[in-house]
Amino acid sequence: MTTIDHDAALLRAGAHVRGPWSAAAHLLRRYPLGAAGAVIVAVFILAALFADFVSPFDPIATNARASLAPPDTTYWMGADFMGRDVYSRIVHGARISLAVGAGSTALGCILGVIIGLMSGYLGGWVDLVVQRVMDIMQSLPLLVMALVMAAALGPSLENTIVAIAIPLIPHFARVIRSSTLSLREQPFVEAARATGMSELRIAVRHVLPNTLAPMIVLATAQLGSAILTEASLSFLGVGVPEPHPSWGRMLSESAAEYVRTAPWLVIFPGIAISLAVFGTNLLGDAMRDMLDPRERT
Amino acid sequence: MAAYLVHRTFLMILTLFGMSVLIFVLLRVVPGNISDILFDSAGFVNPAEKARIEQELGLDQPIITQYWRWISDLAQGNLGYAYVTERPAAEEIAPRIPVTVKLAVLALIFSVIFGVPLGVISAVRQNTPLDYFLRVLSLSGLSLPSFWLALLILMAFVHYLGFIPIYTDPPDSFWKEIGLLSVPAAAVGFRSSALIMRLTRSSMLEVLRQDYIRTARSKGASPGTVNYDHALRNAVLPVVTIIGIEAAFLIGGLIVTETVFNIPGVARFLVEAAIWRDYPIVQNLVMFIAIVVVFANFAVDMAYMLLDPRIKYAD
Repeated sequence: MTTIDHDAALLRAGAHVRGPWSAAAHLLRRYPLGAAGAVIVAVFILAALFADFVSPFDPIATNARASLAPPDTTYWMGADFMGRDVYSRIVHGARISLAVGAGSTALGCILGVIIGLMSGYLGGWVDLVVQRVMDIMQSLPLLVMALVMAAALGPSLENTIVAIAIPLIPHFARVIRSSTLSLREQPFVEAARATGMSELRIAVRHVLPNTLAPMIVLATAQLGSAILTEASLSFLGVGVPEPHPSWGRMLSESAAEYVRTAPWLVIFPGIAISLAVFGTNLLGDAMRDMLDPRERT
Repeated sequence: MAAYLVHRTFLMILTLFGMSVLIFVLLRVVPGNISDILFDSAGFVNPAEKARIEQELGLDQPIITQYWRWISDLAQGNLGYAYVTERPAAEEIAPRIPVTVKLAVLALIFSVIFGVPLGVISAVRQNTPLDYFLRVLSLSGLSLPSFWLALLILMAFVHYLGFIPIYTDPPDSFWKEIGLLSVPAAAVGFRSSALIMRLTRSSMLEVLRQDYIRTARSKGASPGTVNYDHALRNAVLPVVTIIGIEAAFLIGGLIVTETVFNIPGVARFLVEAAIWRDYPIVQNLVMFIAIVVVFANFAVDMAYMLLDPRIKYAD
């Protein structure tokens, strides 16, 4: 199993690396924006993991007396119409956003890898048919396809993950297929075949690990758009249903009418979405620069 | 050239056929058909009534027959019946198309006006503070949900001007309509401009590294001539592709923006139909979007051929 050799990558970049701290310091200097992205993503992951400890209120407990309370020392980001604490809801919302984002990216990635590997490795008419289907899937905008899938499947957490994962498949299948095509001709694959390894074993043990770098780059890049799509679907009312606190749904509840009367209901969930997506995008860009030298600018 | 056109047209028809099958299948892998859904919301089920609706919709026919019926109706411009408004779907959709087209064109103009020049500046000033600022700006454009941006714009209107720009139907005058649409268009266009800016930057950087640019510089051409006459012309080709694709993909941004600004366009209608689970309408609207996407791709390929004399498509 080959993994990405960070030390080698760092040496190529001209670093004199001794130990993990020195490596981290070098990465920080070389990719300041990527490091900022990693910090933002880490904060959201920690918030999701320890949501119960860092939020002062139950995110779904209503309190009529606190209805539309503006931000103060008790309700740091105010309270919504039902008196639910916005800050606690945003912290718990990180769970939903990251779960749907990571879940749909992972599902899309797994299915895409299977399809891409099959298509690239088998070639012939399988490849031809699969590529046409992928072309077709890719020519519909992500949100349109996710919206139709989500509406057809009905609103639930699992269905939202599936609805976003399916339009992501072709992106992964494409990348995996093209690296498989070039890897298939490499001498080490031929050597494995000469030793009598089965085709399936070659594909999984020798070809797949070598497609890891582009896969990680793409997965990080797609994570942001998956989070954004979940927010959009929930905003439109076909995504994650009540009682889960979803950032997109928080905005749809508070939309046009609260723009006048309770701006905190609009501002804070939006900042949470933007910051989470911004962080993954920064991280994705840095990952691409680091792992995919062809794209380096 | 003629052979290429024929080949390309054939491919386009094949793609549209595949797309129609995909849409048809996707909407049918879901358990339950439209009559179940209609009757679910009604609460009680009269089996005779249900059978009548199933027959009317052709749901009792084999799946191939259903597909054929949909496609032949579509080819004749028969888009079926919108269940919620109880009017023919074509009558519902037709007046909405111009609104969405105007919005999309405005958003595209916005994104090109800002995206291309800022991308060029960012590339020419690579690794300066200005470049860093523009890169962060474009990345934030890709991170802000367009519906949130739309809400922020509404909030700014309320705060500074004391009113919300509400789309009136029918609009008072052409210019007033354009004025009202330009606000949501900016909200949608911000994302596309960020995308175009990023692509222009990386495409420009790639061209600027090439030998002929160094030659031009060493023979004493001014930086302006090198950057704009020599480099930009070649760098703009991939940008044209992305502009074409964005033109069709804008519909994704329009879906949420039309909802926030309450604009009676096609994109909002798709959301409404999807929420009502009015599948015949959803199916036709998605197919309509697919046709727009496929034609936009075709137009991009044609533009490519005109813009780049190196591409001959002799085969």
